[in-house]
Amino acid sequence: MDIVKALEQEQLRNDIPDFKPGDTVKVHVKVVEGTRERIQVFEGVVIKRQGTSVRETFTVRRISYRIGVERTFPVHSRRIEKIEVVRKGVVRRAKLYYLRNLTGKAARIKERR
Amino acid sequence: MAKGILGKKIGMTQIFTQQGEVVPVTVVEASSSVVLQNKTVESDGYNAVQLGFGTVKDKNVTKPMQGHFAKAGVKPVRFIRELRLADAPEYNVGDSIGVDAFADGEIVDITGIAKGKGFAGGIKRHHFRRGPMAHGSKSHREPGTIGSRMSGGGGKVFKGKKLPGRMGGNKVTIQRLTVVKVDAERNLILIKGAVPGPKGGFVIIRNTVKPMK
Repeated sequence: MDIVKALEQEQLRNDIPDFKPGDTVKVHVKVVEGTRERIQVFEGVVIKRQGTSVRETFTVRRISYRIGVERTFPVHSRRIEKIEVVRKGVVRRAKLYYLRNLTGKAARIKERR
Repeated sequence: MAKGILGKKIGMTQIFTQQGEVVPVTVVEASSSVVLQNKTVESDGYNAVQLGFGTVKDKNVTKPMQGHFAKAGVKPVRFIRELRLADAPEYNVGDSIGVDAFADGEIVDITGIAKGKGFAGGIKRHHFRRGPMAHGSKSHREPGTIGSRMSGGGGKVFKGKKLPGRMGGNKVTIQRLTVVKVDAERNLILIKGAVPGPKGGFVIIRNTVKPMK
C-alpha cells in the first residue's frame, strides 16, 4: 500500500491554497480550443470537497444567467492554473447541497473574519 | 519476439497525464523475473522460457525444487510460470528480466487469478436480467426457465446451461491493456485499467497477441 501512497504523494501540488466549503474561489482553468490554449476563470462558492490525496475533487457552484452551474475539478489537476480564494465563508456543514434550493438573498453565506 | 515478465499486483490509483487527463492505473511490482530454464523443441518438444518471481522461505521449498533452483544457480522463488515462444529462447539461465523490458505506451496482455466470488447467482455470474421486484412477482433474482418440454429431445437441461454456481478464482487474461508508465527505479509498471486478481496476487505481463486493431 505504501507504494501506491508514494506514487500519489509525488503528484500532489503544493501550490494549492487552503480553502473549505463555503469559500468563494476563482478557479483559473486551462482550456484547449483546437490548438490554442487559454485560461478561463470560473468563480463561485465551493459546495463540497471530496476524496483524499490525488483523488480529491471540489465542486464550485455559481449562478450564471439565472441558471445554477456546478463544475467539479480534481484539486491536484494540471489543468488548473491557480485557485484564488476571494472570500471565506462561515458554514456549519461540509456539503452545501442546500444551496441548490436557495436563490438570491437566502443563498448568501456570512463572511468569516 | 514474445516477451513477458512476472509481477505482483500492488493496487490501483490514478495519475495525471501530461495533458492533465486523469488515467486510472493498476500498479504492478515486477522486480526482475529470473530465467530458471530454457525449453526447446529438441529437449522438450516446444519452445518456452521458464520464469520465476518473488521470495519464498527456505523451509517451504521442496527438495526437487531446491535442485531445480540450484541448477539455474538462483535463489528460490515463489511464483514460476512458463512463457511459450515461437523460436528457441534467447535468454541465458540465471538472467533476470526487469521492468525495462516494457516501454511506456506498449500494449500488453495480463493474466492473473481472479478474486473468488463464492456461490454467485445468475445475475452476477452470467449477467442474467432480473425479474420484476413487485406487482405480485416472486421471481426477483431467479434464473427463470431452463428448458422446455421439447429441449434436447425430451425435456432435459442441456449441459453447460448457465446457472448459479461458483464464480471467480479462475485464470483470467485481459488483452490489450496499455502500459502508462514504467518506473525502472522502483521496479513498477503502471497499467491503464484493472488487472485480474487481488492485491498481492501474482500476474503475468506479456506483449499482446492482438497488436493491431
